[in-house]
Amino acid sequence: MRAADRAEAERLFARFRAAGAVPVDADILLPADTLLDLYGEDIRARTYVTTDPLEGEMMLRPDFTVPVVQMHMAHGAEPARYTYMGEVFRRQDHRGPRAREYLQVGYEVFARENPEAADAEVFALFAEVLAPLRLRAATGDIGILLAAIRGLSTSDRRKAALLRHVWRPRRFRALLDRFGGRTPVAEPRARLLSALAVTPVDDLIAAAGPVIGLREPDEVAARATALLQDADTLPLSAAEVDLLEDLLNLRDSAPNALGHLRDVAVDLPSIAPTVDRFARRLEALSAHGIDVATLDFEASHGRTTMEYYDGFVFSFHAEGRAGLPPVASGGRYDALTRVLGQGRSIPAVGGVIRPGLVAALTEGRA
Amino acid sequence: MTLKIGVPSKGRLMEKTFEWFGARGVEMRRDGAEREYSATVDGADGVQVVLLSAGEIPQELSAGRIHLGVTGSDLVREKLADWEEQVADLAPLGFGFADLIIAVPAFWVDVDTLDDLDAAATAFRAAHGHRLRIATKYHRLVREFLREQGVADYQLVDSQGATEGTVKNLTAEAIADITSSGETLRANHLKILSDGLIHRSEATLFAARAADWTGTAAATLSALAARLDIVLPEALERLPRATDAA
Repeated sequence: MRAADRAEAERLFARFRAAGAVPVDADILLPADTLLDLYGEDIRARTYVTTDPLEGEMMLRPDFTVPVVQMHMAHGAEPARYTYMGEVFRRQDHRGPRAREYLQVGYEVFARENPEAADAEVFALFAEVLAPLRLRAATGDIGILLAAIRGLSTSDRRKAALLRHVWRPRRFRALLDRFGGRTPVAEPRARLLSALAVTPVDDLIAAAGPVIGLREPDEVAARATALLQDADTLPLSAAEVDLLEDLLNLRDSAPNALGHLRDVAVDLPSIAPTVDRFARRLEALSAHGIDVATLDFEASHGRTTMEYYDGFVFSFHAEGRAGLPPVASGGRYDALTRVLGQGRSIPAVGGVIRPGLVAALTEGRA
Repeated sequence: MTLKIGVPSKGRLMEKTFEWFGARGVEMRRDGAEREYSATVDGADGVQVVLLSAGEIPQELSAGRIHLGVTGSDLVREKLADWEEQVADLAPLGFGFADLIIAVPAFWVDVDTLDDLDAAATAFRAAHGHRLRIATKYHRLVREFLREQGVADYQLVDSQGATEGTVKNLTAEAIADITSSGETLRANHLKILSDGLIHRSEATLFAARAADWTGTAAATLSALAARLDIVLPEALERLPRATDAA
């Protein structure tokens, strides 16, 4: 950690306080349970896990979002703006230039009213702070993808499977091919289905082996029955699969993307409300002085990062530096507040800047 | 400088390793008493055999304390991050075959593929309030495989032995373990997922990139390689770390 990085962090932190954010802090050692529950086993590969003799498994803070959301849900007034500054730790399983420890400075807005204005406020503040670096900004909207999936004419079960795997492009692709009838039914599945057609499921289970473990025979039977029903589900129409793929591949300037999405919404009306939201966000960005005519929009932006963004997403990159991580990134995470709020939720949007990269780019080191 | 070869210190792995080298004119044998962990080599000058636990050979290679080592390809992949940058794979030895697989209870008639496992895991989490547990000692290999395959809603629980029994003992719902014949799995009422093969392991001769290859070690290796009829990679040195330059 260099002194210049810390000085840059202090400068950004002061800038975010001046924008009206309340400074907050978070523990470096976080209970592993919450993070594992949220991100799954994969998080272990990306964090340093340690054991406390009394508290059990702990993780070195991989980001501030979870503790800040928890703090707000516990005793925050609304609306609220928070800023924070500190180290985050990312375990690296592979050699390479990726940092194991670096500073983050963040800005988060929790507000029920006018979410598009909050999106624009965060983005515009980041754009202004980072303006001297002439970075390339990319934006997207996971909410449009989610709305498109919800609007497909297929069973709720298939929609749920697609929604769950939006963040895992490979499995998503496999599901889409299967639901679209592009891949044949796998041989073992076909065998099971034909067995189920002539034999009661309970008999099949009893013949397959003794019951062991926590997963009960009725859970097995329930899923086998669901598979039978799924086999009768009509495949997604080629037209719908094409629409979805077109959407996933959409990359254009924001105004062109908006025009294109309006066209798609004619055939896929479920996305219309999210497209309206996109339009309102562009107006709000314009009002903040952002030149939306040249702003990049990629519908799949943020699809391969951690799965908590569910609306507007953005990042700022140094142009022509593909190897360098984003200098800043962020987005909307309404669903995360619902998961951590134990029944309560609040719309939230925010982002982080890496002052170490800002300092390096400023000095021409990176 | 002596070229050190790490060899598994007991059992069939040791015997098979001795046989493999012996068949190529390099005689290895244990010294003295049955329990003494030292061995002698004939037929290759400047070579010393170090008897080690097969599980420790990957770390010894990584640290460069031995030049060559015989161990399972599964152990090297599991224990060494970016294993190809730490060791060079010189020759598969044709024994010690075992498959690292994922297995579930045989009565789960609805689960045959990773796709099924993923769906069952989601439903399991909703019903039981925790993620479906997979018992294993191969944490890195299993996690990387399941991430690559896009399986979610599982958690790994550590099991260093008798892993096949964890499901019956209610400490896991599925397992990821090494099997050669599948008999232990069947005896414990488990079945292998049809696309659940994570790695096909084989005893393999590895070279350590971090070992001291200056002096006579490189020449000794060339002579040994000729004897063993194996092709050496162009460069054995440790690949430069990206962080070294920074």
